[in-house]
Amino acid sequence: MSRAIDNTIRISFAIAAVVWRSTGEGWSGFWEVVSSPQAVAAFKLTLITSTLAVLTTAVFGTIIAWVLVRDSFAGKSVVNAIIDLPFALPTIVAGLVIMALYGPRTPLEFTVGSFHFDANLTFTRGAIYVALLFVTLPFVVRAVQPVLIEFDRELEDAARSLGAGPFATFRRVVLPVILPGILSGVAMAFARAVGEIGAIVLIAGNLPFKTEVASIHLFYRIEQDPAGSAAIAVVLLLISFTALMGIGAVRWYVTRHDHG
Amino acid sequence: MGRLGLRFVALGYLVVILVGPLLMMVWRTTEDLDGAWAAITAPDTVSAFKLTLLVTVIAVAVNTVFGIVCALVIVRGNIPGRGFLNAFIDLPLALSPVIVGFSLVVLYGASGWLSWFTDHGFEIVYATPSIALATIFVTLPFVAREVVPTLREIGTEQEQAAQTLGATGWQTFWRITLPSIRWAVVYGVVLTAARAIGEFGAVAIVSGNIVGKTQTATLRVEDAYQFSYGNYAPAYGISFVLAATAILVLVTMILLQPKGAKH
Repeated sequence: MSRAIDNTIRISFAIAAVVWRSTGEGWSGFWEVVSSPQAVAAFKLTLITSTLAVLTTAVFGTIIAWVLVRDSFAGKSVVNAIIDLPFALPTIVAGLVIMALYGPRTPLEFTVGSFHFDANLTFTRGAIYVALLFVTLPFVVRAVQPVLIEFDRELEDAARSLGAGPFATFRRVVLPVILPGILSGVAMAFARAVGEIGAIVLIAGNLPFKTEVASIHLFYRIEQDPAGSAAIAVVLLLISFTALMGIGAVRWYVTRHDHG
Repeated sequence: MGRLGLRFVALGYLVVILVGPLLMMVWRTTEDLDGAWAAITAPDTVSAFKLTLLVTVIAVAVNTVFGIVCALVIVRGNIPGRGFLNAFIDLPLALSPVIVGFSLVVLYGASGWLSWFTDHGFEIVYATPSIALATIFVTLPFVAREVVPTLREIGTEQEQAAQTLGATGWQTFWRITLPSIRWAVVYGVVLTAARAIGEFGAVAIVSGNIVGKTQTATLRVEDAYQFSYGNYAPAYGISFVLAATAILVLVTMILLQPKGAKH
């Protein structure tokens, strides 16, 4: 998968350059568009929500993969099957699914004394975060699962018998082995989160400066301003691929460190 | 945290993010079944489902042939550029659908590089061809990605044996290669169909979203929601049909798994 990511980066830079040249605009026009306050706010929102969502997905995805491989309980195969649901579900339907529980008329609203809880996230950044958690869920689980299945449990038993606690065993023995898998999943999840539109568009409300992510900013810009849209598209590509390269570099360092 | 603690965290997270919202969506659909059914059977919705079906069939047909040929070239071929092909095949997975749609508009739209088609009366953008093109693009990798590892695994011994016995290239492909990769192909086709039915971003940009004409099922959901005026039954009803299709796809994949070589 890392090879796929590396190759994707090279080709996409070439395509980004071609797309930009095709508009025939100069660099000053490019800078004016991408540094406009609304565009900058959209890029920042995309980066922050994607990063938070992918970090959350990495932690819980690893735990879910662990439970699916090591634990046994009734209905485990059903749980394993529904992990793929966000891959199979149309993204706009995913948006509506999120809306059903975290939108207007949410059943999760109650007051206990002076404490008021309301799960209605409509038109908030929290809605974008939850939608991204939904669509990125399978990536890390499916990247870590096969590594854990192959993992030699004797190593763990050895660490335990030498007196390591469960946390130390995980951090020193298991984590180094599954980290490349986690990072592969994280890279794919991040690329997906940065480009996502269907799951977000309904519940976020797309308010400029508040809940408008970069892909949706681009979406609304295309008809009015094709040249400016090309500039936004190039930056969106660069964000995805810089992140992919960064994660690829960490992954390379980790695997190399492992053998050295 | 012990085993039970981890199990609780994992299942709890799935309930909060996946199962809870999904059950709530089903519940919302059942709140107004008549409204949902009326929306599903409305002529504009039926036409949207037909368009989605047509585009899915086109994307599956094109990408099955393309995917198998690509996999053969990547694994068995000995021509320059196959490394490039191998890399290119994954590209749609890393691109935002919005960028895919935008690129198609840049290429085929008015004053685009390939506006020749439009200039000569062959409409592409804001018509079915662009919807098909966008869908083909986003579903490009699935068949090839399933077939490549299977081809590597089965090796070339049987193919070489067939050729030694005098089989032509075509005969070898139809009698030896295709039967060995058929489950990988079927698996790839299922993934392609699921993604084709669900595509939203790229199609939203190139289709023009004309009700009853260039509106696909997913665009219909968005339309039904944006113009709901407080009546969400149509949006939930049409979504329910799409979600049921997705679950059917999942079940199909699970049923195929024991027979597949890889999964």
